[in-house]
Amino acid sequence: MLDNSRDLFPIFSAGAGKNLAYLDNAASTQKPTVVLEQMDKFYRTSYANVHRGLYKLAENATTEYEAAREIVRKFINAKKDSEIIFTRNTNASLNLVAQSYCQQLAPGDEILLTEMEHHANLVPWQQMAQRYKLKVRYLPITTEGRLDEKKYDDYFNSRTRVVSLTAMSNVLGTVPVLEPLIARAKAARSRVIIDAAQAVAHFPVDVQKLGIDALAFSGHKIFGPTGIGVLYGQEEFLNAIPPFEYGSNMIDQVTYEAATWSPLPTKFEAGTPPIAEVIGLGAALEFIKRLGWPVICQHEADLTAYGLSVLLKVKSLKIIGPHTPENRGPIFAFTVDGVHPHDLASVLDSVEVAVRSGHHCALPLHSKFGLTASTRASFTIYNTKQEIDRLVEGIKQTQKLFS
Amino acid sequence: MDLYQQNILDHYKNPRHHGLLPNATGRGEASNLACGDAVNFQVKLAKDKITAIAWSGQGCVLSQAAASLLAENVIGKKREMVSKYNNETMIKLLEITPGPNRLRCALLSLDALKKALQICG
Repeated sequence: MLDNSRDLFPIFSAGAGKNLAYLDNAASTQKPTVVLEQMDKFYRTSYANVHRGLYKLAENATTEYEAAREIVRKFINAKKDSEIIFTRNTNASLNLVAQSYCQQLAPGDEILLTEMEHHANLVPWQQMAQRYKLKVRYLPITTEGRLDEKKYDDYFNSRTRVVSLTAMSNVLGTVPVLEPLIARAKAARSRVIIDAAQAVAHFPVDVQKLGIDALAFSGHKIFGPTGIGVLYGQEEFLNAIPPFEYGSNMIDQVTYEAATWSPLPTKFEAGTPPIAEVIGLGAALEFIKRLGWPVICQHEADLTAYGLSVLLKVKSLKIIGPHTPENRGPIFAFTVDGVHPHDLASVLDSVEVAVRSGHHCALPLHSKFGLTASTRASFTIYNTKQEIDRLVEGIKQTQKLFS
Repeated sequence: MDLYQQNILDHYKNPRHHGLLPNATGRGEASNLACGDAVNFQVKLAKDKITAIAWSGQGCVLSQAAASLLAENVIGKKREMVSKYNNETMIKLLEITPGPNRLRCALLSLDALKKALQICG
């Protein structure tokens, strides 16, 4: 059913990507016409700043902006609109949580992450640990790149204050089963934060069902614009932590001496927000809703299974991450013996296959596997099995060239 | 497949001046943390002239071929002349124009050589 979804993206139907197999979707996805048109229309017909002007244009802009918040709420099934905070991206959302929450912790308190985290869900915590004398611990992963469930109980104790982990690894493709970790975190009275930057583009996420304190994702990895991210925070949690950025919009009362804070969500939205980007994100999430999760999940399960089956047959190619399709998505990082990831990416580029090479913002994870870099092909709704074949063909050509 | 034209693959597969220079008068190393590429240059200077050169390293085809081409090019040349080498020089040596991200691979060897010659910047 998604066979013609490429036509919905102008970069493929008319732009520079006409013949391109774009396999760098874990870095960023392309934008469908509906998102571009909605943003363009907003700037042309309804643009004004939000939450301030009393004239009609400003009120309409505010209505559109807040309608997008409601779309986001529904998308992740949050209880209230006020639990949706607009940020710049996942990285900013995670910094907000880490910086605001950690200042309430005591020296010796523990932050629990996993060995597969992206730098965005690692460095902010690491810095807070240094600043407030906290301890960061990492749930280990197996050689296959899955969380080692047997070790879970060793990592929770009375000092565990926050567990922050990815719902889908941007390198391994692993989709950790969150429930057992959330249950342990609850028993330890720890907060649970989910980095859903990858996950939200691949399967439905229900924050109430999961029962988590916060969740972060970006617009640009889910067919929306850059410069817009989301932080979901459960109401009690967001009320319990201090603001992150101070200044305009986020205040209630201000005197020359002091200020008080606006209620949620405004408390965490200082300054003029990226209004058109919020509206673009709303359009992107509606786009996903129209395609439908069952169709998307089936398409991606097919790509995952096919990708694994053909890549594992390529001589001298090693997939970093699970070799079986259960609880993993269509992100494949790999190495090819005797071929540097840069060279592989360059040769693939010459045959119009766009992949990523490098450490994919997960240096510690690469070091753990004894690597400095890998090549990554990541798939989404508009990708096809034929593109996987082109990838494999390109890899074989590269091997021939350098042999 | 412009990047991998014959001269580059040849230098990658049969690197010139590859190895160690025991009595080197200068050594310099440069690496790119993002991909693990590294190049180490060793030079011997006499009257400000490069009389011997060797390099070692690991990394992508471009980074290694560039080191080989550069070593071959600078031997016998004055230090002062090499100090004028820049991005353009490397592009000329390689006979290709890599994109901005790949150009960093090619520039690694120039960086290492300049360190070995104690040329700043």
